[in-house]
Amino acid sequence: MTTHPSPAVLGRYADRDADLAEVTIWSVELHLETCADCRAALTTSGDDLLARIATGLDTAIATGPASAPRRRWLVALHRWFVWASLPWLTVSLAMLGCAVLIQWMLPGFPKLVLLLAPVAPLPAVAGAWTRRFDPSWELLAGTPAAGLTMLLRRTAAALAVIVPALTLAGFQTGTPLAMGLLPCLAFTAATIALGAFVGVRRAAAGLGAAWTLAVITPTVLTTHLPAVLQPGTAPVWALMTVALAGLAATRAGHLHRLISTS
Amino acid sequence: MRTVSAAETAPTLHPWAVHAEGLRVRAGRHMAVDGLNLALGTGVHGLLGPNGAGKTTLMRSLATVLKPAGGRLELLGEQVDTRADLRRVRRGLGYLPQQFGFYPRFTVREFVEYMAWLKEMPKQAVPGATQRAIERVGLAAKADARMKTLSGGMLRRAGIAQAIVNDPAVLLLDEPTVGLDPEQRLDFRELLRDLGTDSCVLVSTHLVEDVVAACTDVVIVNEGRLVFQGTPAELTSQGTDGDPGDSPAERGYSALLRRHRAGTR
Repeated sequence: MTTHPSPAVLGRYADRDADLAEVTIWSVELHLETCADCRAALTTSGDDLLARIATGLDTAIATGPASAPRRRWLVALHRWFVWASLPWLTVSLAMLGCAVLIQWMLPGFPKLVLLLAPVAPLPAVAGAWTRRFDPSWELLAGTPAAGLTMLLRRTAAALAVIVPALTLAGFQTGTPLAMGLLPCLAFTAATIALGAFVGVRRAAAGLGAAWTLAVITPTVLTTHLPAVLQPGTAPVWALMTVALAGLAATRAGHLHRLISTS
Repeated sequence: MRTVSAAETAPTLHPWAVHAEGLRVRAGRHMAVDGLNLALGTGVHGLLGPNGAGKTTLMRSLATVLKPAGGRLELLGEQVDTRADLRRVRRGLGYLPQQFGFYPRFTVREFVEYMAWLKEMPKQAVPGATQRAIERVGLAAKADARMKTLSGGMLRRAGIAQAIVNDPAVLLLDEPTVGLDPEQRLDFRELLRDLGTDSCVLVSTHLVEDVVAACTDVVIVNEGRLVFQGTPAELTSQGTDGDPGDSPAERGYSALLRRHRAGTR
């Protein structure tokens, strides 16, 4: 620690016009680097430069043009929700509405809401990640934010509409909640995981067709609820959801180009 | 005052900002870029070529929108033709597509801010960078107008503003001068020269005079292959009085294309 420079030397150091030997300037600067007290003395000893700048800035801000209006809700909405998936969400909601109506008219029939729950989110997930539905895809696809995170964000926005609708439909028809929601989440995760290999739209179409052929059609023909939808299978669906979500997370690199293949 | 990170002061270790070797890119079933070799450094590069030459497909693959079907492509020293994480490269890219959709209710400022957010810029840097980008393209008076009220030329300039908002090291502009009036085109050339001093700018256009006036380097492609790469003066020297065209550069352009077509046939 060097000795403290006298207030007079500090004052001359701060004064632009004062003449101070270069060696003295060096020693003062070396000392100032290590001594907080002298730095404080330096800022108060000279003229009130900082205070003048602060008042000047305050008046400039007060008299200058007002800051641009911001509509945060609109921007936030676009970060999560993609308008292009709105028609597909409507399709899903209409499907669930029909299922509830049929349930009312045919009480003896196996629960249609249960049958439709896995495929309900698929149109919206596909709509959230398909080039031809989003007018600004070419701008989005070249940005660093495009990828699994964006797909997940958009899927979450779609699920935020589908899950309450599904809960409501299940409540109306007396369906066990877990058996309505778990297959829905499992199929969403499966779409994303499979989408990393073949493209999200193709994955959604394939899974939807497979479920329709393998489960919905036989059930409608035989009017017996299939084994995969019995209440006891809930833990299996939960496990599948977790496993598929994990698989999707490891395939994030495949989803950088908005379409995952070619 | 802000802290300068080590990544910002690190020397660049790649010789070229854009380096393609035998690049092949598919557009639908057609191989639109077929064995293209290209190396671009700092400066403004004008990309010329007839319709269907593969300019837009090349731009899209350089913007990492399309995945190459073959060959090697390096951007800013990182390979982008694999499944590698593209985020780091994409943060240094700016891209103006030939046509771009937008959300009509956004104002110009909201649109550019939204794109800045998508480009993962630091939150506190976004408002300032947005204002600067809008001022650079001369759209400050319209910054708070809705996108749907803009004319074609203004939309184009809004598109340029979103492309330059993150101060990209590689800037790709696909037909940026479409819809600009003559005075705006002169301003745009000025902006190009300014941008080209410290970044690699690739401008695709049909206007040979724009290239000669504002570019340091000319790239001509035809049928997915490189025909010519050189300075505007070299392009001009390629033409003779017998070639079609109204200016020496146009004559050089048509002479090169004619020679290339004769060579491949």
